[in-house]
Amino acid sequence: MNTNNNTVIKTENLTKCYNETPVVNNLNLSVYRGEVFGILGPNGSGKTTTILMFLGLTEPSGGKVNIVGFDPLREPLEVKRRVGYMPDSVGFYDDITARANLRYTARLAGIETEETEKRTNDLLTQLELIDVADKKVGTFSRGMRQRLGLAEVLLKQPEVAILDEPTTGLDPEAAQEFLRLIRGLKGKGITILLSSHLLHQVQAICDRVGLFSHGRMVLEGTVEELSSKVIGGAYDLSVEASGNDLEEQIRKIPGVVEVELYGENEFHIEAKEDVREKVAAEIVRAGGKLLSLNMKRHSLDDIYARYFEEERDEAQRVQANREKA
Amino acid sequence: MKLKEFKLTERKRKGSPFTGLWTVVLKEMADHMGGIRMRLLVGLILLTALGSIYSSARAIRDAVGEDPFIILRLFTTSTDPLPSFVSFMGFLIPLAAITLGFDSINSEYNKRTLSRVLSQPIYRDALLLGKFLAALFTLTITLLSLWLIVIGVGLLLLGIPPSGEEVLRSLVFLVATLAYSGIWLIVAMLFSVIFRQPATSALASFAVWLLFAVFWSIITGLIAGLFGAGGEAGRSAAELTISRISPNTLYGEITLALLNPETRALGLVFFSQLQGALLGSPLPFLLSLLLILPHFTGLLAAVILFFALTYVIFQRQEIRA
Ligand SMILES: Nc1ncnc2c1ncn2[C@@H]1O[C@H](COP(=O)(O)OP(=O)(O)OP(=O)(O)O)[C@@H](O)[C@H]1O
Ligand SMILES: [Mg+2]
Repeated sequence: MNTNNNTVIKTENLTKCYNETPVVNNLNLSVYRGEVFGILGPNGSGKTTTILMFLGLTEPSGGKVNIVGFDPLREPLEVKRRVGYMPDSVGFYDDITARANLRYTARLAGIETEETEKRTNDLLTQLELIDVADKKVGTFSRGMRQRLGLAEVLLKQPEVAILDEPTTGLDPEAAQEFLRLIRGLKGKGITILLSSHLLHQVQAICDRVGLFSHGRMVLEGTVEELSSKVIGGAYDLSVEASGNDLEEQIRKIPGVVEVELYGENEFHIEAKEDVREKVAAEIVRAGGKLLSLNMKRHSLDDIYARYFEEERDEAQRVQANREKA
Repeated sequence: MKLKEFKLTERKRKGSPFTGLWTVVLKEMADHMGGIRMRLLVGLILLTALGSIYSSARAIRDAVGEDPFIILRLFTTSTDPLPSFVSFMGFLIPLAAITLGFDSINSEYNKRTLSRVLSQPIYRDALLLGKFLAALFTLTITLLSLWLIVIGVGLLLLGIPPSGEEVLRSLVFLVATLAYSGIWLIVAMLFSVIFRQPATSALASFAVWLLFAVFWSIITGLIAGLFGAGGEAGRSAAELTISRISPNTLYGEITLALLNPETRALGLVFFSQLQGALLGSPLPFLLSLLLILPHFTGLLAAVILFFALTYVIFQRQEIRA
């Protein structure tokens, strides 16, 4: 497989079937050194399965994976030495201390004892767990466990950190804090792959995202790229104005894709370009009264909702056609 | 689909399967030793052992000086109502082995630590073998201390040290006991791989143990009855063969041959085998060893077979909880 130095994860037609049903279907994905890549998708879309195949913890039914220069099927140990993984529900040995848990991992990872102690202290301090380092993990809250999980990932100073739904179960503030930590890793040159369905979070920290649906990566790119691909018009205006026939007039403005009227005088305008000025001018020209005008950028939530809405519509259309036939 | 999966597993993988083995062994042993479970077990075993050794020592005290194998009698003499030390062991060793093994893999699933551990640079081989060895070493330590206790009690109550042959025979008996415990350990571990609920795997292990400890002789008789054609001798031969499928039978016969040096043959004894033999005279140690070699091999083979089976099933399991 040809990978240049900047590609840390590359898959070619990666496929995984359970009982003949593809759960990951011909996945072609590249993740580049130093970026934060987000895997997005509804439940059961194959995110975890994909991640497990990256680590050689599940065998692909077909296709190839190359991660940090190795094939996880043939050289899983080399891969696992260089890649840190935090499972979606991270668990520790409850009856031993946080430090002892980390020590066990470090020994398995082949890190020298002295080095382990040093790294453990640094990491536990950094993740604000140093005060509870010698408490049994059984007493830890969800957030503490999650942070301990991150400490474990960082303990082996990985080239790539793979985090499966790192913020599930965290309260909003803790999640925000956790994401800040993750984003901080990027500064240390660690490539990060994370999966999530909390879109605004992904949007906040990911350089690129891949949208998964039924085992396929249906969209890939930066949030802006996804936005223009799915929603077409990348601009969304919300206008409050009174006047006659405004809807018709606005629709005629070049660049406007769609106008919807809510209630008496609130319009939602979708446009391919920034049409704020033109809309304002048009309303005034038509003798209307402009009360307010707001533009919002599309969030990943909109893209996600829109994409799966379209997909559902498509499925319904297919179903309807079949019933007709 | 099945075939293809198989081919993939057969693909050559790099790196030693034993990477991380000793880390796992040390961690698991520390868990066993520090755990309340092991302490209860050791307490139970010590109590019964001391009780039975003490009462058999009192019973055989008069024979000191006459019997050359007086220390071995400590192991085998039963004094009403207490069974002998070896019968206690035949019962307690499977209990201990099952207790150490029944939740070894499924507890890692339930604690959700398995995927975390296996994402470290080790193979599943190391985890499974490490857990097996750790439990086995823990049992070894327990058995060795028991052995020392028996010898110590012999010194105290009977006033004589064991002879060289007695030491040899009892140590080989110790090794055989380990092999026997290995079977129950790996059976329990097999169930811990198959069943997600530790209670289920414990129950399944005890069911198998009960089958062999209690019901096997009945089953043996029933099955042998089906081969009625061979006459009395044929029937007994069939009965013996079937009964030897049970590890309990094998272990029982090993015990007999090692700790009762007078044992000249195991199972059916034909008259021809006894010709030229002085009845009641002990068999030399090496011949006793020869006598139990097939049994010992059988126990070992069973352990290896079950380990392989456990390994294959574990290897094909999805690691996600
Ligand atoms: N061992 C298995 N046997 C059969 N099907 C499985 C198995 N493991 C997973 N699946 C199926 O694979 C699909 C993808 O699962 P996966 O866990 O990868 O999804 P996910 O995107 O991580 O979902 P979530 O957001 O809920 O974590 C699901 O439909 C699931 O039912
Ligand atoms: Mg998942």
